[in-house]
Amino acid sequence: MNRPVSDSGLRLDSRSCDLRALIVRALIGGNRGHLGSSMSLVEILRVLFDDYLSFRPDEPGWVGRDRFILSKGHGCLALYALLADKGFIGHEALDSFCHSTGILGGHPDATKVPGVEASTGALGHGLPIAVGMALAGRIRRQHHRVVVVTGDGEINEGSNWEAAMSAANHRLDSLSVFIDYNKLQSYGATAEVCDLEPLADKWRSFGFSVREVDGHNVAALHSCVQALPFEPAKPSAVICHTIKGKGFGFAEGQAGWHHKSRFSSEDIARLHAALEQG
Amino acid sequence: MRRSCLNSVYDLAQRDDRVVFVGSDLAPGVLEDMKHDMPDRWFMEGVAEQHVVGMAAGLAMEGFIPYVNTIATFLSRRCYEQIVLDLCLHRLPVRLIANGGGVVYAPLGPTHLATEDIAILRCVPNMTIVAPCDAEEMARFMSVSLDWPDPIYIRLAKGGDEIVSHEENGFVIGKAITLREPGEVLFVTTGIMTQRALAAAEVLEKQGIQAGVLHMHTVKPLDEQALFQAAAGVELIVTAEEHALTGGLGSLVLETLNDAGHTGGPKVVRLGLPDAFASQYGSQDSLLQSWCLDSDALAGHVCDALPTS
Repeated sequence: MNRPVSDSGLRLDSRSCDLRALIVRALIGGNRGHLGSSMSLVEILRVLFDDYLSFRPDEPGWVGRDRFILSKGHGCLALYALLADKGFIGHEALDSFCHSTGILGGHPDATKVPGVEASTGALGHGLPIAVGMALAGRIRRQHHRVVVVTGDGEINEGSNWEAAMSAANHRLDSLSVFIDYNKLQSYGATAEVCDLEPLADKWRSFGFSVREVDGHNVAALHSCVQALPFEPAKPSAVICHTIKGKGFGFAEGQAGWHHKSRFSSEDIARLHAALEQG
Repeated sequence: MRRSCLNSVYDLAQRDDRVVFVGSDLAPGVLEDMKHDMPDRWFMEGVAEQHVVGMAAGLAMEGFIPYVNTIATFLSRRCYEQIVLDLCLHRLPVRLIANGGGVVYAPLGPTHLATEDIAILRCVPNMTIVAPCDAEEMARFMSVSLDWPDPIYIRLAKGGDEIVSHEENGFVIGKAITLREPGEVLFVTTGIMTQRALAAAEVLEKQGIQAGVLHMHTVKPLDEQALFQAAAGVELIVTAEEHALTGGLGSLVLETLNDAGHTGGPKVVRLGLPDAFASQYGSQDSLLQSWCLDSDALAGHVCDALPTS
């Protein structure tokens, strides 16, 4: 089987560019943030929120909603962009990212931000919580779906694999995990820090039904989510091949852009220039 | 005590469909009735405490009240971050039933001794910690555990402990119980050190020393008013706990008295486990005796420390 990879030449459409502009707005508003980790997520979250998840922005706790957990909480800027785009929060909230009076912090806080299902940031927490949510749905015979997005470095954490065994044991086909496989973790390449390969085989061996997809190809992601669950009585795993910093050439694949705690005027100019180029 | 606690889970589950049970690879037959009668609300997960606590958080986020059970060391150490973030940060009503608090598992060695669980959990916001002294008090606690809004760490004793609690005292989370009126001495205790303090008080009475016992079945939130009230007029406060001296009940009592401005009040002597791993096996009793925490030793500590002695 040919493994999908992320097509580095893939042009982003206007919607993907607009969402990235919201992220840049927050990055500049807070003068900090996980740029690389957020940009690799944009298309995954876009397709989930546009094409798959059920939700009501004016009623975030609606019992019939699908549950979505961004387990890689450091990618929260992409989530904030979608929440602003969908109307959970106002766009102006992005300007006070990480401000003392703002609701949007460097990791998502469920007690502050409508649409955030669980506070995350420490890695490896989303999937166990999601198993509990999926079991709750089964007990109550509700039909909501539970979706978790993890990072790639994040799944170094053993708690993910504890939860994966449980999800398969409970045959939770209402549960899906998307792995943002941008191949870079904080220090450097995942292949060097803690190689995840053979990643698809790992998830399969843990009892998941697995597909791989170009995580920036909207059409491919759309087809993928429409096929969920991939098999009855099995949880699904979608390995999304992505590019860290996607859309910002100077940052793509650069571990140094995993997180910035301040932006120079030159950085800001480059961010704006990249947005204008699309 | 453990049987009393788990039987209560089944009773609670019968009357409230929010109650679920989550075990982590426990012994065969645990809550067999519940498994049979309510299989959809009975879970036996693997040896995976991080996942188990996270899963309980997910269930609680959906409105359930999970009672999670495994050995105290694993339920406090292994999943500490899940307790802090998944449970306490989200203020979820998950109940952690911790088998073998203190040195119950003495024969199994230091890996199984929960000697710092109170210290590491009481510094976490929104956490509640209870350590009932006997099976009957445990049952009374469980009956009021359902609607407490926050996570609760339930520190279980060995079982078969002498019944010293009284039904008429009831159980209110966060409200201490005076089991013996103080004279010149006040013991402040939790868990099964309460029985030892009561026995020590009997020994002391024969020597003409009146010692009271304030039973802190809830370590957090501490009943500060009960402490202040009981401490008024005594010459000596002795805290006794089956827990490391670092950060446990004794530390909490000292902090509380100090922060309330009770300097210059009664002398406080803290009795508990030294800052060392257990160096011997044996039994809970023999370990406690080796650390001078049996009732005769408690009485001796009082005699040594009383200002007038």
